[in-house]
Amino acid sequence: MTEDTLEAPQREKRDRLVLRFAGDSGDGMQLTGNRFTDASAAMGNDLATFPDFPSEIRAPAGTLPGVSSFQVQIADWDILTPGDAPDILIAMNPAALKAHIDDLETGSLLLVNSDAFVERNLEKAGYETNPLEDGSLDSYHLMTAPMEELTKLAVADTGVKGRAMLRSKNFFALGLVSWMFNRPTESVIKWVTNKFGPENVVAKANIAALHAGYNFGITTEEFHHLFDVGAAKLDKGQYTNITGNQAIAWGLIAGAEAAKLPLLYGSYPITPASSILEELAKHKNFGVRTLQVEDEIAAVGVALGGSFAGHLGVTGTSGPGVALKSETISLAFQVELPLVIVNVQRAGPSTGMPTKTEQADLLLVMFGRHGEAPLPIVAPATPAEAFMSAVEACRLAVQYMTPVILMSDGYIANSSEPWRLPDTDEIADMSRPFATADGSEFLPYSRDPETLARPWAIPGTPGLEHRIGGLEHANLTGNVSYDPRNHELMTKLRADKIDRIADSIKPVEVDGPESGELLVVGWGSTFGAIRAGTRNARKAGHSVSHVHIRHLNPFPSNLGEVLSKYDKVMVPELNSGQLALILRAKYLIDVISYPKIQGLPFKAAEISGKVIGILAGTDSEAGQ
Amino acid sequence: MTDTKYTRSDFQSDQEVRWCPGCGDYTILASVQNFLATLEKDKHNHVFISGIGCASRFPYYVDTYGMHSIHGRAPAIATGVATANPDLTVWVVSGDGDALSIGGNHLIHTMRRNVNIKMLLFNNQIYGLTKGQYSPTSELGKRTKTSPMGSLDQPFNPTSLAIASEATFVARTIDMDRNHTTKMLQAAYEHDGAALIEIYQNCNVFNDKAFVQLTGREERDTNRINLEAGQPIKFGANQEFAVVVDGNGARIVATADVAEADIHVHNPSNPDPSAAFALSRLSHGPYGPTPIGIFRDVNRPSYGDQVQQQLVEAHAKKGPGNIKDLIRSGGFWTVD
Repeated sequence: MTEDTLEAPQREKRDRLVLRFAGDSGDGMQLTGNRFTDASAAMGNDLATFPDFPSEIRAPAGTLPGVSSFQVQIADWDILTPGDAPDILIAMNPAALKAHIDDLETGSLLLVNSDAFVERNLEKAGYETNPLEDGSLDSYHLMTAPMEELTKLAVADTGVKGRAMLRSKNFFALGLVSWMFNRPTESVIKWVTNKFGPENVVAKANIAALHAGYNFGITTEEFHHLFDVGAAKLDKGQYTNITGNQAIAWGLIAGAEAAKLPLLYGSYPITPASSILEELAKHKNFGVRTLQVEDEIAAVGVALGGSFAGHLGVTGTSGPGVALKSETISLAFQVELPLVIVNVQRAGPSTGMPTKTEQADLLLVMFGRHGEAPLPIVAPATPAEAFMSAVEACRLAVQYMTPVILMSDGYIANSSEPWRLPDTDEIADMSRPFATADGSEFLPYSRDPETLARPWAIPGTPGLEHRIGGLEHANLTGNVSYDPRNHELMTKLRADKIDRIADSIKPVEVDGPESGELLVVGWGSTFGAIRAGTRNARKAGHSVSHVHIRHLNPFPSNLGEVLSKYDKVMVPELNSGQLALILRAKYLIDVISYPKIQGLPFKAAEISGKVIGILAGTDSEAGQ
Repeated sequence: MTDTKYTRSDFQSDQEVRWCPGCGDYTILASVQNFLATLEKDKHNHVFISGIGCASRFPYYVDTYGMHSIHGRAPAIATGVATANPDLTVWVVSGDGDALSIGGNHLIHTMRRNVNIKMLLFNNQIYGLTKGQYSPTSELGKRTKTSPMGSLDQPFNPTSLAIASEATFVARTIDMDRNHTTKMLQAAYEHDGAALIEIYQNCNVFNDKAFVQLTGREERDTNRINLEAGQPIKFGANQEFAVVVDGNGARIVATADVAEADIHVHNPSNPDPSAAFALSRLSHGPYGPTPIGIFRDVNRPSYGDQVQQQLVEAHAKKGPGNIKDLIRSGGFWTVD
């Protein structure tokens, strides 16, 4: 697979490129995208990915609902998003073309598997004529390859038979794209060999198809439009490519270690949180207990039981699961035990769109409990940041003896980016010693004067036998109490404890001018689009700043002051304006809400467009 | 009981017991406290977890560790406790509404998983705390405030349910029979794994005399079928009745009508649960002859022990976890 026998074609240098792989959900597009991403990471590109797939495991082949896609932006600089529009779309069938062609800008590259454009598939995708022939794609740079035919030929000697031969066509596409974008194929070959074993026929077929695709690029003039994206100048250090769910799983392990507690993770499989359970289940040598139990309520129950017994109890789920767990979360709040609840949000309500992202559970986690039960809420902004967010959630749970919500979403969960590996030795010791008997009367609801946390006396401790429960209890003793003034006192004490967390969290940081015309405030996975959108607007001469909130309850103590320094505040959210509602209520500011409720992340251009519209006074929503 | 480490008072908390006067719960509380005092086990190694209902106030009155949790969820919370620390003896106190209605799912899964918990299911066949609505063990046609024309719900038979849920220990006892209750507690305590004891418990306010056929002076000899391991099952004042188990299930016969060899010899440790299940079907509630005692007592590794075992195996195979290696496990590259 060398190119020195041919005249090496010129490669066009680009500082960034966006690729989108699209095909049937059975075509292996996620795998293809991930392999391309890993090869790019190994080359030192900065990158960000956006996997987008249907909730059906195998929707009817060839149909629009069955299309699965994977977008990746690779760059030689520090990028923030997976890109707005693809520079190249790789479409494995007519449905994939139809589902994505509208996102493609005129003149962009389009690589198509021409073998799939047969009458039956065209019909399923709703094409009356073949778009490869009817001139409708003339405004794009169209390249075609008979990927199925060539794959069949390539794998003929590997031992794979019949229709199974076609399964390797994604590797053909990957090989061809690797050639076009100057990616090495070694990491892919290594991955395939490790996954299937060197003698496995599937491994052989995939590798043969990969080579065939790469060589097809070398030998075919049509593919001599070549690109090169160099290594990014990232901060010094070691990097790995990581998804949000993986970062949360590892962060929970690191958090438990920093708290010097065994981790007990109770969960029930739910999209898009399941891979946290799957990841943690691999790491029992860290003393991690993973309990896959009968339902969401049991999952939080076992976690709370674990915490009562002196473990760090954690449960992970998505919005529907948070709803089911809410009564137990209130109990955990009432008895004041540590607990971390991971909410990987998805588009709702009800089953909604389980594989699509949304931020619509903010009010649920903020207020969705009976009685008054405020909880700390921590929200990572990116997949890589999710590691330290998980550590932070563990810290708050243990230090303040409280349930903590860790708010992620489907976008953070599944997308990946390079993560500069932290020095884990620098994670502060956040352990809190269990109570032991000292001869005096044990008061389970006495409090640390600074944090208001109560002592944690675990079963098995001689002399500290005591009962806790959901009934209101007297201050200090914890004995059941219906005294009216005690109830008011306890309600306030519990809320004060949560408010005091503001003293131990980082203030918000402003990106852009410290005061001015417009501040954009975001939270969670919208970070990349907002940061890129506001920076682009600033480059174009507009006065706009960005603040991203990582602690949604309590808010960082400087937030109110920061908000007051701008004429206007705009809040983009993947919901109908939930953070905007809270900011309006808490800070009495006339927030401009910018909602997007499509199950898709914001694009940077949407943010910059909105910013410019508001500043120009042409945005109809602004100033309501 | 002279050389014991504890007396009952060591297990009495300073909280005033607030069940209705005459409630069967008082008797059960006394039986449990007395039983705990006979054990060598340190009192700080007992944990009582309850849900919601009259029975669920129980932990407040026992001076050990305890949690009065939420409705139906005690088995789940207890699973967390028992899995986190297998050295603890974890007791779950529940009622027929708590365990069989709202908490039915957790009950069956805790049983099949064989979590090392001792579940005391106080069955009074009524909702007491909410003042007298029909429960999942109330008899068909029962008239209550919420079933003025009679309950339409086929009741659960808790012992059948537990056996069908792959429980490894299932027993039934009666609140008033403190000696028998103590024997069942002892057997459950010694059992390694999930143990369920259904305790017929009289609610003298909302469902008085529900168990009179088993406790009344007149009726009890006729109706109480004592299950004793290794013994042929005979009952009645003069052992005039016997139980036969065959392919069609269990049935009651006159002792005189069958050969001694045909009378079922009770074997709770039989790996096959069929006979135990058949015995559980002899009655459907305490109406007429009803088996009392241990239905099933078999060995299977407990959940907590197996979870522990996997940790040990993983540790032996991979060594202790190292977070630095973990975050590099997917491969990494260096930027200089």
